[in-house]
Amino acid sequence: MLKIKNLHASIEGTPILKGINLEVKPGEVHAIMGPNGSGKSTLASVLAGREEYEVTEGEVSFKGKDLLELSPEDRAREGVFLAFQYPVEIPGVSSTNFLRTAVNQVREYRGLEALDAVKFLSIMKEKMKLVEIDQKLLSRSLNEGFSGGEKKRNEIFQMAMLEPTLSILDETDSGLDIDALRIVSNGVNQLKSSENATIVVTHYQRLLDYIVPDFVHVLYNGKIVKSGTKELALELEEKGYDWIKEEADAASV
Amino acid sequence: MTTITKNKAIDLFLENNPNFSTFENLRKSGLEFLEMKGLPHLKEEEYKFTQISKKIEQNVSSFKSAIKTELTAENVKSNLFEGFDGDVVVFNNGHFDAELSSISAQNYSFLKLSETQPDLLGQIAKNEKDPFAALNSLTFEDGVHISVEKGKKVEKPIFLIHFNKANEGQIINSRILIEIAENAEVTFIENTVSLDEEVYFSNAVVEVKVNQNAHGYYYRLQNENRKAISANNFATDIHRDATFTSVATQLQGDMLRNNLTLNLLDSGCVGNMYGLYLLNGKTHVDNHTNVDHTKPHCDSNELYKGILADSSRGVFNGKIFVRQDAQKTNAFQQNNNILMSEDAIVNTKPQLEIWADDVKCSHGCTTGQLDEEALFYLQARGIGKEHAKGLLLYAFAGEVFEHIAYEPFKEYCIQLVQERLGSSF
Repeated sequence: MLKIKNLHASIEGTPILKGINLEVKPGEVHAIMGPNGSGKSTLASVLAGREEYEVTEGEVSFKGKDLLELSPEDRAREGVFLAFQYPVEIPGVSSTNFLRTAVNQVREYRGLEALDAVKFLSIMKEKMKLVEIDQKLLSRSLNEGFSGGEKKRNEIFQMAMLEPTLSILDETDSGLDIDALRIVSNGVNQLKSSENATIVVTHYQRLLDYIVPDFVHVLYNGKIVKSGTKELALELEEKGYDWIKEEADAASV
Repeated sequence: MTTITKNKAIDLFLENNPNFSTFENLRKSGLEFLEMKGLPHLKEEEYKFTQISKKIEQNVSSFKSAIKTELTAENVKSNLFEGFDGDVVVFNNGHFDAELSSISAQNYSFLKLSETQPDLLGQIAKNEKDPFAALNSLTFEDGVHISVEKGKKVEKPIFLIHFNKANEGQIINSRILIEIAENAEVTFIENTVSLDEEVYFSNAVVEVKVNQNAHGYYYRLQNENRKAISANNFATDIHRDATFTSVATQLQGDMLRNNLTLNLLDSGCVGNMYGLYLLNGKTHVDNHTNVDHTKPHCDSNELYKGILADSSRGVFNGKIFVRQDAQKTNAFQQNNNILMSEDAIVNTKPQLEIWADDVKCSHGCTTGQLDEEALFYLQARGIGKEHAKGLLLYAFAGEVFEHIAYEPFKEYCIQLVQERLGSSF
């Protein structure tokens, strides 16, 4: 589904990603972990098409298409979803209007008919249950005045509405308390299928108790320096990142 | 002419002074002021960003007043917006057009100024406050006088609609006096329609007296042709416990200057001023607002927002005076701008003068670009870039229209703005 080959990216001339290789197949959950500043969020942003990042080398194909050629909106319409680390508050744009516009533009791209208001609302109600989000929240402006947990739940709710094939969760767990974490993870797990895949970018092993990964990759200094199964995450939790840094630094000398 | 030359424009105006015999005192004081001060010159503080005298000199070739132009009922009908139901007052090149107007005069009286000869004329928008007000006093032929009856509500809005098209004269003058008696209530809508794409200079004065515990709502739209030059003096005296709300929207013109003054003359008054300027091309819009708190326990709220594309220019100047007597004043002012191009310019200046010590006053202004992070967020959800821009710009602008209480006009403004922003949602 997703093939990343030797991906290099920089921001304002500073290289951040220095040769990422990763393949994600349908049905898989990949966790990307790593110390602060290792390039985790950059990788998520580059995949979603954030313009500040310049890809200097390498390629990314998604369902056979060159992902890097596509605009951010076309990536979303192709089925890439980025759950933002910091969801943006947009005063004056109602959550419901925004979502309906988004859903219908995605549907149009995929050659599907636009949903009318009634159908849209009934789908919305059904998906709201997944993340236990309150209708009142959705009648407000998008993310405006939402708590941290509400914002993250709203991200997963949007994911449910847009039905992506590849979801990238960028530190969705950061700052969440246990209850919110449980609700968010539960939502993600229910949306999982053999057709779609998830990349979970996280700092904390805790999330992986709820969203169980098939693979764990450790990102350090712009490269994946170690890959393994969920046991690797436990080892990281116990021993920290220093031993990985040492290994990687030693290898690069 | 024995005038002291201040600039060319004033000489040209004075050479063409029609010398009407009516309103002798008003015209005399206007002439005296203009002979002394002239029109605003290059260094005049109040006009330093809006060189309107120069603009007039360079673009206007005939300084005669325009006579009535050909105008049909169809012109009027096609400029009423969907859902409008109310009286229509038609101005043809600034002259009241009785035939095309439809005036029920239900709960109000409607007369020409020449019929009522009110002493109040020129007492609210004073000649000495602005040279264009003085010029209007000299050059307007006749105007209208609308008086809402005591304790009555004019149920349907009164739509003042100006049709402008220069002929042998390019100067269009209009003069409106509105009195809202005690405990009365009325809503006005005002629009200006350019009948062609040629130059004219319109110079308008509107004076409103809102008496005790009365309520006035005034919604103004300016969407003129790209050569239109316009000066507007709008002044309101607000008396005890009365409320006045102005919502002004500017979409197009060459150079538009609006002076809006609210005088809060007694306790318990509320004055609201909301505005949106959504500009492109070379349109230059200058909003000078002025709210004067003279007595305790009055509120004023002001929100002006601007979106400027291409090489358009916006000027905002917001004066708030709080006099020594005006304790317990609440005065809020906000001006926010989004620049869509590197060639667009905004000059914004809040000006607060506060002599009372127990007041709540705040002001703020921002100028920036469209929020890139918000744009990316919408795109990342599959919304096309142009559509996303429209959505964000409308979200920014739409706040102003929340203050239009007459739904059909609000919808009409929203529609115009959304068309301009190139998006439907």
